[in-house]
This record gives sequence, C-alpha cells and structure tokens, in this order.
Amino acid sequence: MRQHFSRRDVLKASTSIVASTVFASPIRAAAPPPSSATPELIAAAQKEGKVVWYTSVDLPLAERVAKTFEARYPGIAVRVERSGAERVFQRIGQEYSSRVHAVDVVNSSDAAHFITWKEDGILAPFVPEDVAKHYPAEHKDPDGQFASFRVWLCTIGYNTDLVKPEDAPKSFADLLDPKWKGKMVKAHPGYSGTIMTATFQMARDLGWPYFEKLAQQNVMQVQSSADPPKKLALGERSVMCDGNEYNLFQLMDKKSPVEVVYATEGSPIIIGPNGIFKAAPNPNAARLFQIFSFTPEAQQLIVDFGGLRSVHPQTKERPGHKLLKDIKTLKDDPAGVAKQGEEIKARYVKLFKV
Amino acid sequence: MQRRNSGFDMSTPLIAAFALVLCGLILLPMTWLAYYSVTDKSGAFTLANFKQLVTDPVLLEPLLTTLTIATLTSLICCVVAAPMGWLVARTDLPMSRTVRALVTASFVTPPFLGAIAWELLAAPNSGLLNQAYRAWTGAGSDSHLFNIYSFTGLVFVISCYTFPYVFVLVANTLDRIPGDLEDASSILGGRAFATARRITIPLAMPALLAGALVAFLQAMTLFGSPAILALPAGFHTMTTKIWSLFQYPPKAELAAAAALPLLLLTVALLRAEHKILGRRGFSVVGGKTGEPRLVKLGALRWPALILCIVVMLCPVFLPYGALLNATFSKVASKVVSFDNFTFHNIEFVFFELSATKLALKNTFILGILTATICTLLAVVTAYVTTRKAVPGYRVLGFLATAPVAIPGIVLGVGLFLSYTRPPFVLYGTLWILLIAFVTIALPAAYQQLQTGFRTVHVDLEEASRILGATRLQSLAHITAPLLRTSVIATWCFVFVGVMRELSAAIMLFTSETKVISVLIFDLNESGDLAAISVLGLMMLAITYAVVILANRVPGFGGGVRLRNT
Repeated sequence: MRQHFSRRDVLKASTSIVASTVFASPIRAAAPPPSSATPELIAAAQKEGKVVWYTSVDLPLAERVAKTFEARYPGIAVRVERSGAERVFQRIGQEYSSRVHAVDVVNSSDAAHFITWKEDGILAPFVPEDVAKHYPAEHKDPDGQFASFRVWLCTIGYNTDLVKPEDAPKSFADLLDPKWKGKMVKAHPGYSGTIMTATFQMARDLGWPYFEKLAQQNVMQVQSSADPPKKLALGERSVMCDGNEYNLFQLMDKKSPVEVVYATEGSPIIIGPNGIFKAAPNPNAARLFQIFSFTPEAQQLIVDFGGLRSVHPQTKERPGHKLLKDIKTLKDDPAGVAKQGEEIKARYVKLFKV
Repeated sequence: MQRRNSGFDMSTPLIAAFALVLCGLILLPMTWLAYYSVTDKSGAFTLANFKQLVTDPVLLEPLLTTLTIATLTSLICCVVAAPMGWLVARTDLPMSRTVRALVTASFVTPPFLGAIAWELLAAPNSGLLNQAYRAWTGAGSDSHLFNIYSFTGLVFVISCYTFPYVFVLVANTLDRIPGDLEDASSILGGRAFATARRITIPLAMPALLAGALVAFLQAMTLFGSPAILALPAGFHTMTTKIWSLFQYPPKAELAAAAALPLLLLTVALLRAEHKILGRRGFSVVGGKTGEPRLVKLGALRWPALILCIVVMLCPVFLPYGALLNATFSKVASKVVSFDNFTFHNIEFVFFELSATKLALKNTFILGILTATICTLLAVVTAYVTTRKAVPGYRVLGFLATAPVAIPGIVLGVGLFLSYTRPPFVLYGTLWILLIAFVTIALPAAYQQLQTGFRTVHVDLEEASRILGATRLQSLAHITAPLLRTSVIATWCFVFVGVMRELSAAIMLFTSETKVISVLIFDLNESGDLAAISVLGLMMLAITYAVVILANRVPGFGGGVRLRNT
C-alpha cells in the first residue's frame, strides 16, 4: 500500500459523500456549542505545557502571536512550525500517513487544504466563542471545524527608491511591459498557499496566456509570498508580481521604501483559516490556542503588528490602510483551488521552469 | 595458551553482528530505491520512470546542467588549488601555515551558508559588492558586476567550497614527495621551474587527477547551493529536481529513478579515483627521506601570498563579513552604521524564534550520537581490517567504505522510502536522521582510524594477548589508549560533518526533528536573511570550537574529506 494520498483521489471520494449526505442533513453533525477559555480548560492546557502551531504566516508575526499567547497563558510554550502552506500541507499528509501526530493547530494560506482535511475527517469540530458570536457565516465552517484566522490580498508592489510612483505598474497587464524584464520578483505556487490561491484566481480571470507572457519576463523566482516584499525592501528587485500585502504594510511601518499596488483587474483575496486536529498531541492547549486566535486581542495584533485584515467586527483597521470593501478583489473559491491545485502546479513548473 | 582459550572470545559474534548492521544500513535503502525506480504508483513493474528520465526535458535538462556544472567546477578547482597547493607545500611562501588554516576554514564552512552569504554579496541589485561597484564607478542603478543568481554564479560558489578537496589532496602529496628527486634534477643543472615541470608536477599529477574527480563528485551531489541560487534563476540541477519531486503531489518512483544515475556515476568516479590514487605508490619509492626542498620564490614571495589571500577572500573573508554585517544591520543589504545598527536579529533568533532551541538540541543530540557511534564502528572495523583479525575482514572494510558512493540526497530518498513504511516506521523520529548521518559519516571515520591503526604496532597487542587477554580486552587496554588522539580527531570530524549535513536531512526531517541546517534552509525560503546570518555565525562558532579542539590533537584533516551537502 502506498502512503501517498492524492488530493484528487480524496476529492473524488468526497464529492460522492457530499452527494449522498445532502438530503440526510438531520443526522449530519452540526457545529458543537461555542467554547470559552474556562479555568478548567486553562488548567488542563497548562498541564500539557505546550502547543504546536503549523502555520504559513510570516515568521516574525507567527512568533509574535505565539509570544502574546504565552504571556496571556503562562506555562504553555507555543512552538511555531512555519513553512509555505503547500509544504505544510505536504508535511501534515506525510506525517499523518506515517502516524506521526505532531501538529495541534494549523493555519494555512490555502483554504482549499481545509476542504481536504475536513473530508479526511482529521479536523476536530470546535467553535471558539468569538467565532460563534461575531464571525460572519462565510468565514466559518458550518460544522465548526475551522474559521478565517486572517484575510489579506496578494498584490503588486514596488520599491519607491527604484521606481517613481507615476512609472509604477497599475495592473497585471502592465507587468508584461518589456521595461520590467529582469526587474521583477515572484513567489511560487508550489510552496506558497497565497500564490497557489492567487494563481488560481488569476488563471481563471486573466487566463493562462497572462502567465505564459509573464514567464518570458525573466522574473526572479523565490518561494514564499513573504519574500517578494523583502526582496523589494533590500532593493534586489524593483517590482513584485505577487506577494503578501501584509508584508508590504509591515515594511512600510519600518520606513522601508516599498509601496502597495492594487491591480486594476482586481487583487486576489486570500483567506487563511485556523483549525485543530482530532489527533492533536496537546488537545486542551490546542483548544485554548484556537480560542485565543479569534479573540479581539489576537485579531487586533495581526492587524496592528502584522498588517493583516481581520473579519472580527470588534477589530479596527489601521488608519492609512485602504479598507477591504473599497478594494476591487477577485473572487475566492477554495473548492476550485482544491480541484485544480495539482494542475496549476504542473502548468506553472512548465512555464517558469522551476 | 590454555588461559587464552578459557575466556569466550566475544569478537567473532560481535563482528558478525557488525557486518549485519552495516549491511542493513546500506542494503535496505538501496533496495527500496531500486524497487521504487522500476514500479509505478500501483506497485507494478515498469520502466516508464527511466524512459521519462531520458526523454522528458524537465528531467533531462537538470541532468545536463548538473554535469556541466560539475565539469566546470572540477576544472576551476584544479586551476586554483594546484598552484596554491604547490606554493604552500613546496615554496618558501610566507605565512604558509595561515594559508593552510584558511583553506581549512573554507573546508569546514557549510556550502549552503556560503551560498546564502554570496546572495548578500553578489545579488545583482542588492549585493554589497555590486553596490560598491556602482558607488565607485557611478554606474547606473541597472548595471551590476556580478549576478550570483546565474549559472556562472552557481559554479563560482560551488567552486569556492569545493577547491579545498583538491588543495588537500595536492598539498598532502607534495608534502610527501621526497626532496631527493628534485635535488637530483638541480644537480644535473635543472633550474627551479624545469625541476617543477619535469619532476614535481608529474609526481603530483595523480593527486591532481583524483582531486578533479572528487571535485566533480562534490559538485554533482551538492544540494544546498543550487537550491539557494539556481531556483531563483529559474533552473534545476539533478539534486534540486529530485527534492522537488517529493513535493506535493509526491512522485517517489520518479525520484528514485532520477537518483540512480547519480548513484551509478558516483560509484564509477570513485572507482576511477581509486585506480588513479592506487598507482601513486610508485612516486615515493625510496621511502622517507629528508624534508622536501623548498623553491625560493625570491621577489615573488609577497605577490604570491597576496594572490593566495585574494583567493581566500571568496570562500572565507567576504562571506563571513557579509554574514556579520547582516547580523547587526537592520537591512541586510545595507552596511552597518550608527543609523541602522541593531541587536534585534540576535534577540529574535534566541528569544523569539521558537524553532531555535529545538533545532539546536536535535543537532547536538544527533552530532554527539553520530560521532560516538561512528567512531565506535570505525574503531572496530579499522581494527579488524588492519589486523586481519577475522576471516572475511575485507567484506567489513568494504561495507564501511561503501556509503561513500551514496550521495546524501540519494541516501535521503532511499531512507525515506525504507522508513516511512512497515516494517520499520522510523519517520518522525531522530532515529532515521541518526541512521542517515551514521551512514554518511562512517567511510571518512573509518578511513581516518585505519590510518591511525597503522601507526600502532601489532606487537603490543600480541604481547597483551599472549599474557591472556581476549581480543576485546587487548583492544580496550592496549590499542585504544594509544589511539586516543586519532579517536578524538575522528569524533570531532564526524560531529562537524553532522552539523553541516543538509541534503539527507532535508528529505527526512519532521517538525519535531528539525536540525539547524534545515532551519537555515527554511528561513532562506521565506527570505529571513538576518536570522540566517545569526544562526550561521553561531554554527560557524561551534564548528571552529570543535575544529580547534581537534587540531590540538595531531592527525586531523589530513586526507579525509567532509562531504558536501
């Protein structure tokens, strides 16, 4: 028996399950009642002493969230395991097929992964109080297995020392201008969930010919969607084709010479849910961390320190950041990503060679 | 004699067990590798993987790229290392000990760390050297002197950390060539350079050829540097391709098929090297004589030294400087000044980055265990083979040397395939990494201890055994104490090797079993260069502490090789 499962296999199986259960909803498990950080839960979590969070959010922010949790609940160490969402997905798949249960809580920038994990039945239904009370329906799983921890955009960006605002690209089409040849940096959908999601939305709305032309532009190919903004800040490239809006915000806070561009075609919107696993080695700490992740405190932290967007209505967007509702975005469709993920990776590698 | 037989000699069963363990270490992963390479997803026999390997340009191109890189690297290494080896060993070059120490420094610098440091130095726009070039020449913001993200850049960086292999081979050989032959040439009227051309160079030629092969091999099997420099430039080498075949959705069968050519090439090259070096004996007929006579460089002494120092800028001074700069600078591409000096990067790595502690712990556990196990295995094997202690000792020697033919990434793939499935599910534990590191480090440890054993005369052991000791007792009480220095040196050597191992670890780690080298690689993928610099410098500091410790005992570093990762 081979241990490598395929997302497509899982989906094939899952569609039939969905079809057969649609009319059987009365016996379908609904979301469990909301949970809050009770003294009993805290004590049990402290007994476990640690929680392991696999995430694809940029490392300094991930560690800041971890440190804030540790300060709030002393005696529970958070270990952040950060990699690209596609790597995290691969890692969890590999670990689970070898019966290694190391992960407690997961946060992925490819929301499609949660479809697979849910279908695999490895996520634990658990609804934090904040999610139940405040989160809009489209940002939480009806069965209570995950909710949108963070939202952001995949944007264009440029280095303001190297490019004048009037010369900066305004649209994805502008990036195909020969003047940007050899001056752009781009992240990889085989590593980054953000880029995977963005590539899906752009291929759907702009078509693959856009990427075929982009591949002729001699782009510098990096892995993480957190890296293009960093390469701009170093002055290594003038323009980023894609990458995290929130990293650009963070860098602007540090007075780095970078600027965000929302493409006129619309910016891909990325949703990064958080969920916990049934086989979590530290189940109570996992629950406590999940509860904490959706509190106004944590959500305001990811907005203020991280430059991310929060769907918690009690958070305040930072002054100077354009509101999400005022930005033209492409439509998100995790189910579409789940269906086409492998094909997108294969096509991308053919075009960009790596 | 009666007493000797009264105690049961444990050595025979023990050695049989050893042979079994060694066999398992190599045979299991290689069998799975071969099995996977000829099966399809459903497990049925097929040759489609190999067909795809030689027809699909996505796989064929990396293979050709790799061979080109290896050939060029090998040439460059010879051109640089041979004259330097000669200058250091056979001329009155000033500060030749310092030059040797600097070569050792580049030898122990992990190549992937060097590659990242060279990103900081020679990225076309943000690289410190390119910035300096633009500042000095007033060239426009588009122009650059170096582009490290290129084929040339990759060959350059690989050469920086591969030339010590050639240097060590050449310099060691030249050290050993007796002065007599050169004296004879001089007496017969040969001038200094005629002597060099007709005597010294021909005698050193086998070592140089062997060095060229070793450099080829190292460049071919290297993983870190191409992953760091070639991917941004948009091309793959064989090792990075194999690694990428394991990303989602994993294609283990194809990866296994792609790993086999690397394995076969390595075996062939090592056989060639063995043949060439095996003939070296003729050159030193006449045995030990006086010190080699040094060629007087005269007025060229200092220019020669300056040349050596300039060469050493590339693998040592410049990269270390760039790492140091990035450690204390707010922006890695800006030179440290009062404005942008910061301790934040250090603080981040040691107080915020939650993976640091675990990776350090894992690295130390694995380093210490691997070094200890390897040294033990190597002591026993070297003892058995040098003393011809049991029948079949040659098999044992062969088994201990065989892993040298398995490139790290190939071993990684093989171990992954073997230990993620029943009957041995070791994936997710430190054991799988321990097995990988022991297998990788054993040949060098064995080679080093074999040399050590040859210096201890067998008479002493025989005396002990005549007085009634068993083989193991005489090993413990007589041979071991005499070998102490070799053993310590071997232990340190293995430890340093484990610290820098990346190519097997990258295939085998899980979140709980991450090591420092993998952590650094992870950080590079998200562009956290400052954190890498801090971790890298810490890694170098530990390495140097161990190397200095080992250097206090004689016999370290001579003729043995660290493997590139």
